[in-house]
Amino acid sequence: MKPSKFWAWAAFALGAAYFLVPLLATFEFSLRMRRGYYSFDSYASVFSDPAFQATFLYSSLIGVLAIVLGVLVVVPAVYFVRLRLPRLRPLMEFVTLLPLVIPAIVLVYGYIRLYNSSSLIPFTGSALGTDILLTCAYVTLALPYMYRAVDTGMRAIDVRTLTEAARILGASTATIIARIILPNILVAVLSGAFLTFAIVIGEFTIASLLNRPAFGPYLQNIGANRAYEPSALAIISFLVTWGAMGMIQLLARFAPRTSVRTD
Amino acid sequence: MSDDFLRVDRLTKAYGANIVVRGVGFAFARGEFISLLGPSGCGKTTILRMIAGFETPSSGTIHVDGRDITGLRPDQRRLGMVFQAYALFPNLTVGDNIGFGLKVAGVGREERRARVEEMLRLIGLPGFERRYPYELSGGQQQRVALARAIAPRPRLLLLDEPLSALDAKIRVALREQIRAIQRDLGITTVFVTHDQEEALSISDRIVVMNAGNIEQTGTPHDIYNRPATRFVAAFVGQLNHIETVVADPAARTVTIDGQPATLPALPEGAAAGTPVTFTLRPEMLSIGPRPGNDVTLAGTVADVSFLGSVIRMRVSLGRNVVSLDTFNDRRAAPPARGEPVTVSLSSRDLLAL
Amino acid sequence: MTATTDPSPRRLSLEWLGVAPFILFAVMFLILPTLYLLGAAFVGRDGQLTLDNIAGLFTGQILAAYWISIRVSAASAVLGAVFGLALTLAVIRGRLPAPLRSAVMTFSGVASNFAGVPLAFAFISTLGRLGLVTILLKTLFDIDIYRAGFNILSFWGLTLTYLYFQIPLMILIVAPAVDGLRREWSEAAQTLGASTWQFWRHIGFPVLWPSVLGTLSLLFANAFGAIATAYALTGSSLNIVPILLYAQIRGDALQNPGLGAALALGMVVITACANIVYLVISTRAERWMR
Repeated sequence: MKPSKFWAWAAFALGAAYFLVPLLATFEFSLRMRRGYYSFDSYASVFSDPAFQATFLYSSLIGVLAIVLGVLVVVPAVYFVRLRLPRLRPLMEFVTLLPLVIPAIVLVYGYIRLYNSSSLIPFTGSALGTDILLTCAYVTLALPYMYRAVDTGMRAIDVRTLTEAARILGASTATIIARIILPNILVAVLSGAFLTFAIVIGEFTIASLLNRPAFGPYLQNIGANRAYEPSALAIISFLVTWGAMGMIQLLARFAPRTSVRTD
Repeated sequence: MSDDFLRVDRLTKAYGANIVVRGVGFAFARGEFISLLGPSGCGKTTILRMIAGFETPSSGTIHVDGRDITGLRPDQRRLGMVFQAYALFPNLTVGDNIGFGLKVAGVGREERRARVEEMLRLIGLPGFERRYPYELSGGQQQRVALARAIAPRPRLLLLDEPLSALDAKIRVALREQIRAIQRDLGITTVFVTHDQEEALSISDRIVVMNAGNIEQTGTPHDIYNRPATRFVAAFVGQLNHIETVVADPAARTVTIDGQPATLPALPEGAAAGTPVTFTLRPEMLSIGPRPGNDVTLAGTVADVSFLGSVIRMRVSLGRNVVSLDTFNDRRAAPPARGEPVTVSLSSRDLLAL
Repeated sequence: MTATTDPSPRRLSLEWLGVAPFILFAVMFLILPTLYLLGAAFVGRDGQLTLDNIAGLFTGQILAAYWISIRVSAASAVLGAVFGLALTLAVIRGRLPAPLRSAVMTFSGVASNFAGVPLAFAFISTLGRLGLVTILLKTLFDIDIYRAGFNILSFWGLTLTYLYFQIPLMILIVAPAVDGLRREWSEAAQTLGASTWQFWRHIGFPVLWPSVLGTLSLLFANAFGAIATAYALTGSSLNIVPILLYAQIRGDALQNPGLGAALALGMVVITACANIVYLVISTRAERWMR
């Protein structure tokens, strides 16, 4: 099948070009700040910008909070549905499908209308309240991925059998979750965590509409006002996303699993 | 009947340093049913795939009906092939699957339809034209795969372990059916399997392979009763290993767990006191004395398995434990474990390998 | 497997306690806001129930916005599907070396998440007026793409940029379907005398078609709801629906909250329909592959 191999390589080469050239171009552009020769000036400018530091820190913090909140919300729910309430499973699957169907901009519009200062739960009435709302919004955005990661992790370790074995040995539910389930799904949870972080760090729409000093709006602002820093930021952003996804791939190799699957 | 319809000469296949098929050669007549039998990794599937054209031989040639097909592409060879995993096209109905080879060759719709109907009758699934593969059982799918392969009237039919994915009962029924259809149509067939019972029951001739080499080619009767090598004897059918100690080389006597026996011949150079191992098929042993059996041994019943029509027993003679089969006797209960029993055999049936 | 029924009431309430945060969260941050917003679409300026807002969607500026959105989403979905399929076929069935396949899959995993503002910057750096490729074409081949009428800040520029996450998404979703094209099928087809083209025409493409169609739907929905990339790239010069909605949320550009809610309702209806099409087609395709 010689001719097909040629086309295969041709397609691959074209694809590689389309995906790699923009990255190279962005990197090259980011080095052009000093007229005449290449330098890392744009990066220096970015890193020394207090707004960069502040917004990156802010987004990282919100990211971590979103991860923690996400874990607290998703892990017990997945555990109990797997074990005791299998009939709720279709409902959970539907709920975790919603953030992929409802665009983020619609969600944040809903939040603004529903939770504004004159409503029952005035999230947007204060800075802290808005921060909380932002965190919850990010948990929602990451929900499908966090759910799938935790669900896959629990399926791989056969939670039902582990729980029964532990219970016969006399452990309470809290002990089971904390000392047996959680350590074994840690890798899966970390996968979901890195994905959440990747989503949070680059997110623009919600942060901008809620008026919070996050990294996304900062990026947009720089893009509108500066020439070379945006490309440096794009490279940094890409590296952060790559780093997060790379961690997930790495972690996949360390995921524990039992040999017998029950479903 | 010239043995020259399918001829394979010095066929070799190597993947880098790993030689999977070592200069294999055989020739078969038109209409024969040949099995390639051997354990996993012996090269039998590779040979089949080389005949089909999916693997290129490193060296050697393949001739079908006088023509050298070694250089032809698979779609040019006019062969039929049945795969282990059925490989029915999931988006086509049973009728379209069977008619696929004809459609691709440009055969008209009416003629195709007639041929498909004929094939469905042949495999015992009339009226199944409109069904889809996922609606059929494994056995049915494999029959449809067979029909699909033979509908375009191929010169040669290749079957790659077609029964391995099926239940035991269906396997037996289907292999009989495959053989019946093959005989009816007279298609030369090459059947790859690792199941020696399968090969023995339906083949005209068997090619026993091991590690890329042919161990023996012959009829099932030959292979079973006159195994050429130790491998063939062990791989095909059950085999008892009896350890004896040479007593007197001149008188050709040995002891089997202390009991004496005289043999027609001993291996060359066997000195007194040396151990010699013989092999014996289970059905050559009888319970109790029997005319023609010149060696009688006393032992204890170690194990009894009641398999229905056959009772398989293991008898301990001391260090040797032999397997023997005897038929179910409605009137007498099978011997119990621990019972003393005598077994007899003919010394001519002992094989030294 | 049936759920174990545990008679102890204490334990029974514990598992509901475990699921409660999730349910509460879903209600507060997914279901309630969406329903509230969709409901608001039916409320007029005077606070009464009305269909005026819905009617308003079909007028001038807004209809134009929907039309552009649909065109951008369709263009990026179709092109993303075609190129994504080509790449997937090349890497999985084209007998390229195995490490290339895992490289492509990993890269697709990352690239499908690399959207928004940084992506816009990347493409401006590539094909903007001072972009690397623009300059290289001018200096090496004497081709001035901007004089020829190309502009990254345009419909096709946006579509091209969207492909950067559409193609990887296509690859990720379609790869299992291409994997499912068992090698034995093409081998069986060959022994029956079919050429490569005949195999693809009668078996290969028909088997893949439902997956491709379904994923096309998904890609459409994905592009329709995206805003950050567009905002950073074309700003408000290309008036797609999310941009319009953004302006409305920011500063009441439409001067009519009900109309804004209707806008959101329209978006959700379109993305929901596309997702339903995807689900229906993919479950039907599953049936064949048992």
